[in-house]
Amino acid sequence: MQQMSSDGPNTGQNDEIVRVREAHRHYQMGSTTIRAVDGVSLEVRRGEFLALLGSSGSGKSTLLNLLAGLDRPTSGVIEVEGRDLAKMTSLELAHYRRNTVGMVFQSFNLIPSMTIEENVELPMRFAEIDRAERRKRAREALGRVGLGARLTHRPTELSGGEQQRSSLARALANRPSLLLADEPTGNLDSRTGEEIMKLLRECNQSLGMTLVMVTHERAIADRNAHRSIHLADGKLALEVAQR
Amino acid sequence: MKAYDALELATRNLRESILRNSLTTLGIAVGVASLVAMLSLGVGLQELAGRRLTQSGLFNTVVVYQQQNFGRGPGRGNDSSNAQASGNSGFSSANTNSSGDANAPATNPLGASEGRVVDEPARQELSKLPNVLEVYPEVRFFGEVRYNNAPHATAIAALPPSSRQSDAFDSLQGSFFSSPDAQEALVLTEFAKDLEKNPKDVIGRELSIRYAERKALASGESAGADAGLWGFSVIPREQKLKIVGVIDSEPYGGMRGFARARVFMPLALAEKLNIVQTSDVRSVMRGRESRTYQSLIVRVKDPNAVQAVEDAARKMGFATFSLLDATRNLRRFFAILDLFLGIFGSLALAVASLGIINTLVMAILERRREIGIMKAIGASDGDVRTLFFAEAATMGFTGGALGVFLGWAIGRIINTGTNIYLQRQQLPPEQIWLVPWWLVGGAIGFSIVVSLVSGLYPAARAARLDPVQALRYE
Repeated sequence: MQQMSSDGPNTGQNDEIVRVREAHRHYQMGSTTIRAVDGVSLEVRRGEFLALLGSSGSGKSTLLNLLAGLDRPTSGVIEVEGRDLAKMTSLELAHYRRNTVGMVFQSFNLIPSMTIEENVELPMRFAEIDRAERRKRAREALGRVGLGARLTHRPTELSGGEQQRSSLARALANRPSLLLADEPTGNLDSRTGEEIMKLLRECNQSLGMTLVMVTHERAIADRNAHRSIHLADGKLALEVAQR
Repeated sequence: MKAYDALELATRNLRESILRNSLTTLGIAVGVASLVAMLSLGVGLQELAGRRLTQSGLFNTVVVYQQQNFGRGPGRGNDSSNAQASGNSGFSSANTNSSGDANAPATNPLGASEGRVVDEPARQELSKLPNVLEVYPEVRFFGEVRYNNAPHATAIAALPPSSRQSDAFDSLQGSFFSSPDAQEALVLTEFAKDLEKNPKDVIGRELSIRYAERKALASGESAGADAGLWGFSVIPREQKLKIVGVIDSEPYGGMRGFARARVFMPLALAEKLNIVQTSDVRSVMRGRESRTYQSLIVRVKDPNAVQAVEDAARKMGFATFSLLDATRNLRRFFAILDLFLGIFGSLALAVASLGIINTLVMAILERRREIGIMKAIGASDGDVRTLFFAEAATMGFTGGALGVFLGWAIGRIINTGTNIYLQRQQLPPEQIWLVPWWLVGGAIGFSIVVSLVSGLYPAARAARLDPVQALRYE
């Protein structure tokens, strides 16, 4: 992952991969406006492991979706690798999701009709990577998360931890520079959750990926993240640096 | 996403709910089958009619004759009706340029204004026109036929070897002329009945025809005063012919002139015999020495070329006659028939396309989350749309191919049934069902297009799906 240090336009002394400026995301629910994200500004340094903490409804998942390019801000700037996601076309956003970010979800979000190998290959299909290269990379990614022997299993034949590891392998497939995790341990028991956290830390440390993780468990954030940001009612409430 | 990947994912998705997608595909197949069945019936009937008509010689034949207006003498005024045009709506009018010279001084004793003479050079010229298969003179004369020493007066016509293809010979008993100028004859069944109790008995028997031979005078020779005036002498002759076959009806060719022929002889033989015909008498009265024909029969490669040949012959100064207008109406009829059969056939396909829309919309609802996942990991709106189109096209192609096969099978069954019926009616079997290659390709292509059009709405709807919404609920 050497390119990450040389690629981005923001390779100055700050080296921030993510800059969020006054981001708002408002929903209209009937006559009331829900301010899920209400004027958030933050930066994420390259190679950082950031935890977004908050109770449910605090807007942390919405903020993550904005970073993932799945959602667009009502107003504000979401800059990743120097490009404002708010100004991208939907095709550019698709390319961004395909090449720049990888996502891990609380509910794994694997496609049940596909084997885990096919699931991991799927994003590479959209990226139009050759079949042979695709297969090689899928096996490599699954090997990295310790599932090299279960390529032909379907998600339902795997435990929750194994499913989440497959999901992580899929997120790694296109070699993203930014890894986003939405409550990755939320559906797992604490021991399996710890395994997943270990893998995520590895991605952050040995692969040098920037990691933004949403969680509501403060303990997990404290143990793993470099820095934690607390959100409440769509606003930044508290920022804590662990290390 | 690459096309191959889209197809692979599409077939995988289709297999996931195999029953529903099979039923939808079967719906398309039934629609395509009905379309193929209807159209191949139309095509088959058209082929059948076309084949029959081509065999009859009615529609690929142009008769070329001399333009003439009888009774156009100075005393008769502008009575424009003439022997050919009156009362015959099927005749193409030949006297388009004649009214202008109605008052021109008549140059011959009969007072007829005339076009170009149909003679040997004309025959050569006509046979060089494009798309002309052959040109032969119409030889038809009135003569006396002797059979068992009893005289029978009848018209006798000559047939070229090519007339063997005419459908008149479907009913042939015995055989056709053994060679182009064999001393053989064919007779109509009706005439054979006059000769023998059992018409078949005349085959192998001999008859003799009595005719007048036109014999040119040697140069310088001045025979009788009569002969000098006529330019040739007329000698009564008799020719023995062996009856080789019996046919029910006269093959089409020429204007048929004054009478139905009941005895036929080979054309080459008739030409060799130099039989005097009415045209000879006319040419004599005009003081011509060279041989002229009553009319020439021009056989054209296919009915579409008839118009061009006719125009060319008219430009050369001849009058022509063909049944082109009749074929034109026939073609129009079949075009309309095909259109209607196609519309009715398409109805089933239209219903099937509703099935496709239904299936794909269901698939969106079921795969909502899956679409959300695909978008989250990098699928563009276009990728999702492509995927749904690929599913629609796959169903369309499979349904189309299956439908063509089904339609073909239905056609075979109906064809077989029809032929069993025809056989019971003592009729020869016919191919009323024809599935041409363009129909196979067209039907499959059409069902793919219909499927894609049906997929427009579901694909757009799937592509529009908001991934955040789709992923929100478990």
